[in-house]
Amino acid sequence: MSDQLPLSERAYRIRRYALRMGEVQGQGYVGQALGYADVLAIAYGHAMTYRPDDPQWEARDRFLLSHGHYAIAFYAALIEAGILPEEELETYGSDDSRLPMSGMATYTPGMEMSGGSLGQGLPIAVGMALALRLKRNPAFVYNSMSDGELDEGSTWEAAMAASHHGLSNLICLVDINNQQADGPSSKVMAFEPLVDKWAAFGWHVQRVDGNDLPSVKAAFDTARALPEARPRVILCDTLMGKGVPFLEQREKNHFIRVDPPEWQQAIDHLDQAQGAAA
Amino acid sequence: MNTSHTIANVAKKPRLKTSAMIASIASEGQRVKAAPFGKALVDLAESRSEIVGLTADLAKYTDLHLFAHAYPERFFQMGMAEQLLMAAAGGFAKEGFVPFATTYAVFGTRRAFDFVHQVIAEENLNVKLCCALPGLTTGYGPSHQATEDLALMRGIPGMTIVDPCDALDIEQAVPQIAAHQGPVYMRLPRGQVPLVLDEYDYKFELGKAKLLRDGRDVLVVSSGFMTMRSLEMADELRADNVDVAVLHVPTIKPLDDATLLAEVKRLDRLVVVAENHSVIGGLGEAVASLLMRNGVARAFRQIALPDAFLDAGALPTLHERYGISTSAMAARVRGWIGCSPKTCTPPVRGRFSSAGL
Repeated sequence: MSDQLPLSERAYRIRRYALRMGEVQGQGYVGQALGYADVLAIAYGHAMTYRPDDPQWEARDRFLLSHGHYAIAFYAALIEAGILPEEELETYGSDDSRLPMSGMATYTPGMEMSGGSLGQGLPIAVGMALALRLKRNPAFVYNSMSDGELDEGSTWEAAMAASHHGLSNLICLVDINNQQADGPSSKVMAFEPLVDKWAAFGWHVQRVDGNDLPSVKAAFDTARALPEARPRVILCDTLMGKGVPFLEQREKNHFIRVDPPEWQQAIDHLDQAQGAAA
Repeated sequence: MNTSHTIANVAKKPRLKTSAMIASIASEGQRVKAAPFGKALVDLAESRSEIVGLTADLAKYTDLHLFAHAYPERFFQMGMAEQLLMAAAGGFAKEGFVPFATTYAVFGTRRAFDFVHQVIAEENLNVKLCCALPGLTTGYGPSHQATEDLALMRGIPGMTIVDPCDALDIEQAVPQIAAHQGPVYMRLPRGQVPLVLDEYDYKFELGKAKLLRDGRDVLVVSSGFMTMRSLEMADELRADNVDVAVLHVPTIKPLDDATLLAEVKRLDRLVVVAENHSVIGGLGEAVASLLMRNGVARAFRQIALPDAFLDAGALPTLHERYGISTSAMAARVRGWIGCSPKTCTPPVRGRFSSAGL
């Protein structure tokens, strides 16, 4: 993918698409979408190789959305990437839509796995990365996961195996927004020190501000260029609701319900901020 | 609590060695073939480069080590991690490979259930799960006895389930399940595996039930090694002038409805389903529901493992205790048809028609 659009513009558009889908249903995981938009903008706007008109293209980089409830964020990224048509966002979460509330490979072009049962993406990624290596296909497998999935044992089974098998074509992205269903992730299950944990499992680790585009971009570049035969993880600290101040401050923001007028306020805020930046 | 656990009883009994707890189900002097699964997979892999093998620290105990030696570059060790095993196999299938994933049946079904369900079956991926120690084929107790694996796998939409009887069944099933598009769960007899079906002009066909021998009094419907036991039981009951038919059903799902219904309808016989699985949710209940749904009424009995956590011990002891040894099966069938070895002759035909039971 070329870098024709500024990446900040891509991130803004991903946020905007996500808010519009949230408005269709009046609720959703928009806090995550706003927080993770910068990472997705770098993935689809800068780092990954793919063909928008051929989502199954053999040489594409694979992007596994392990946290299926991030579908709203991912659909927004797929629309921005040109893999899904913009009009389709109106169908989000509706009967017979290709865009169900939780991401499923059987429904959506560009969706590589049916996520939602958490902790499954990374072990699938291990199999895909081994398979690509066996095929001598140089594509990368990106596994995208939430910090809540660090609670799942299967994540660590896979982390161990990826290192054991020296999977240099595997890049794991962890969205650390410190928010899961029952409250702050660190309170639900203390997960720090994350850099040490991943490093102890044999991974190349980078930890970045996931809402700082240049940092995220540099981390992706480093992960892709490393010569070492080991898997790479980018730990992305993000802010739930990023870009819409009244959502950033909302206390219960794992699953956001927004009053009807607030959707437009949120979009207006994004538009103004983007206009000021441009 | 089983009273045979008492010290006094244990002291009186001849001691069966530990090897009887982990040995194959072959009886002494029986014809066997070694590692039929491993050999069949190696043979097939020569012409099918997309076949890969994965295991969770049990290559040697699932006969996959033969494949690992023949094709080391296509063998992937996942360590003792069954969730990873299933999901990684799914990853291989997504990339166009046909992964054969092996572990023990308890771990492949109970432990990794959600991964089989969500990663593999929901996307109809081409993963072949080959799981050793199905049902009561180890004396290690409930930790290793997969007495509900069929119930679990039957509940998964689109899952094909194969329960082979012997080495011939396995050899012929391996290329067929590889050719099948979609997930397959195969119960895997490993090691020294009995060979019995070569005497019956038998060929495995995925999805097909096969009548191995006909008989006018009792129709035994069976899968896995219980078909072998049913054939032995048929021989034993012949001496009592009881004529037993044996219908082997190596594919549990999808069930061969047409053959089953035709055989049950053809003659008014006592229908006995014999399986190496809990009485809940396996072949017996599948057949019962098929007959009920089609309005076919017959006297119906199940030979299966009880709905219980089974004892640890030597396999021959346990098979006898839970009624799946040949002699225990014969005794139960004699009871159901109201005869004993001395009183069964002359013919008892007609006494146990569906009207009478």
